[in-house]
Amino acid sequence: MNPLIEADDLVRIYETRRGLFGGASPVRAVDGVSLAVMPGETLGIVGESGSGKSTLGRMLLGIDPARAGEVRFSGSPMPKSGTAEWRALRAKMQLVYQDPLAALDRRLTIATQIGEPLEIHRLVQKEHRAARVAELMAAVGLRPDQAGRFPHELSGGQRQRAVIARALASRPKLLVCDEPVSALDVSIQAQVVNVLRDLQEQNGIAMVFISHDLKVVRNIADRVAVMYLGRIVEEASSDVIFQSPQHPYTSALISSVPVPGKPPEGRMILQGEPPNPADRPSGCAFHPRCPLARDICRTSVPALRQIGSGRTAACHVVAGETASVERLRKRA
Amino acid sequence: MAPVGRIETASPGRLRGSVALLRRKVPVSVAFGVFWLAAMVVIALFADYLRPYDITAMDLTSRLSSPGAFKHWLGTDELGRDVLSRLVQSIRVSLIIAFGATILSAVFGTTLGFAAARFRGVVEHLVLVLADFQAALPFLIMSLAVLAFFGSSMVLLVCLMGFYGWERYARIARGLAISAGGQGYAAAVVQLGATPARVYLRHILPNVASTLIVSMTLTFPEIILMESGLSFLGLGVQPPETSLGNMVGFGREYLTRAPWIMLAPAAVIMLTTLSISLVGDWLRDKLDPTLR
Repeated sequence: MNPLIEADDLVRIYETRRGLFGGASPVRAVDGVSLAVMPGETLGIVGESGSGKSTLGRMLLGIDPARAGEVRFSGSPMPKSGTAEWRALRAKMQLVYQDPLAALDRRLTIATQIGEPLEIHRLVQKEHRAARVAELMAAVGLRPDQAGRFPHELSGGQRQRAVIARALASRPKLLVCDEPVSALDVSIQAQVVNVLRDLQEQNGIAMVFISHDLKVVRNIADRVAVMYLGRIVEEASSDVIFQSPQHPYTSALISSVPVPGKPPEGRMILQGEPPNPADRPSGCAFHPRCPLARDICRTSVPALRQIGSGRTAACHVVAGETASVERLRKRA
Repeated sequence: MAPVGRIETASPGRLRGSVALLRRKVPVSVAFGVFWLAAMVVIALFADYLRPYDITAMDLTSRLSSPGAFKHWLGTDELGRDVLSRLVQSIRVSLIIAFGATILSAVFGTTLGFAAARFRGVVEHLVLVLADFQAALPFLIMSLAVLAFFGSSMVLLVCLMGFYGWERYARIARGLAISAGGQGYAAAVVQLGATPARVYLRHILPNVASTLIVSMTLTFPEIILMESGLSFLGLGVQPPETSLGNMVGFGREYLTRAPWIMLAPAAVIMLTTLSISLVGDWLRDKLDPTLR
């Protein structure tokens, strides 16, 4: 089976200006990321804020242009943002936003907004549109009497359901969810995640689920990619990565998730802050905070390599390269 | 009148109920504003039938007669022309100029502002340079030059007044559209695959309309006053044709002896601009579902 969406060595660079007369300094928000998502599969992307997760999600949809690399959807390259082909492709791929209130037009009723993709892509005849909207609202768990409400008259969870219904209206093949539940109450989070998972299973949608919340990702993702400073540092299936994380950053992240009823044992606490992306540390970007850092980590950038069946990591220590380097040094 | 009478006889309770409902929904000041504007529009439309005399008809035996006279309700001016007839004609002329020019400047300015926000780059620079040029140019001097060269005509006057104030709409529309584009809802609609025309007309325009409406309520009185100024200088509406500003200008000379010549049009100008801003404010609130 061919992947639905493939990213090949994506790079996105933001130019930030320092001060009034300071020169622009490049920030590599996404730095050489490759990934592939199969039809019907859920890929979770986790990482701290500023790790380039959201930028990667927008690049997968072709909203942000790539400085280098390529995105292919169903095997064909992504058209340029804003072109007619790009707009037509929106029916196949949709985005669920972090803040549903901002993503909805406050002057239109939610039924109008849910029906908007149908109108834009001329998918459903005008007389059947209301029925399709009602069907979508029922699918995400909105009551029929809420059709005429305005976004500000709904609760946060209901708004996010409306956003999900709008995203699913054109029956997309790919759904990118950018922190869809992080603005919601914990009790509502579970409901919305369940709605997403059910709809995904029923319709066979591939999903890229971006979140900083490991519990949520564990709940919904088949495969997880961990990002640090614009790069993927570890990727494996969800069960494997949560049981035996290999990269020191992944282990630190996973050990930080509290387990109910257990004292926080063996918790790996990271030192310091995530580094400034405009001033990336030499070698492995994680080395200033890594408890296992060796000399080689300071000088050489580790590549993402296979460390088991279906799992990859970018770490010298995990790959056993440090041992060989130290052996060489001893011999010399 | 007949339908109202029928309702009254059929169900007096229901009529009283609907009046009470209307009163609860619409404040008294707004109801007055709507009533006044409707009256002005009706007068403008039916000016030919409402005028008791021709605007140039002189009644030399009753010159400068005071209001309340049986023949001339609002009195007459120095040539014995009926003030009421001239007022009715003035309302028509001034309303055409003010409404025409306000709509012209709002449409023109908003279109350019949206174009600047949509295309950015060269287009935006060009629009902003034009807006700066317009703002820096003393408008009165420009209108004097244009009217002196081409002579005064109704169409030219409306176009010239429409040119007044467009740069404000352009700036406001550009700023609002840029900030709306940065907000989630516009980006979300773009991501749904909507064409730019749909994004701008269906989503951004209704969301920024309230500010533009407020701006229109500010431009409307300014245009009436501008027209009065030009007419006063003899470059606006040419006698014997008349406008509100024109009447105020010529009535000034008889301010002490026959104040009614000037007071009637001045009161109309004041009440119309007041009604416009009352109704405009109310309309802005009504158009915003979050304020309901």
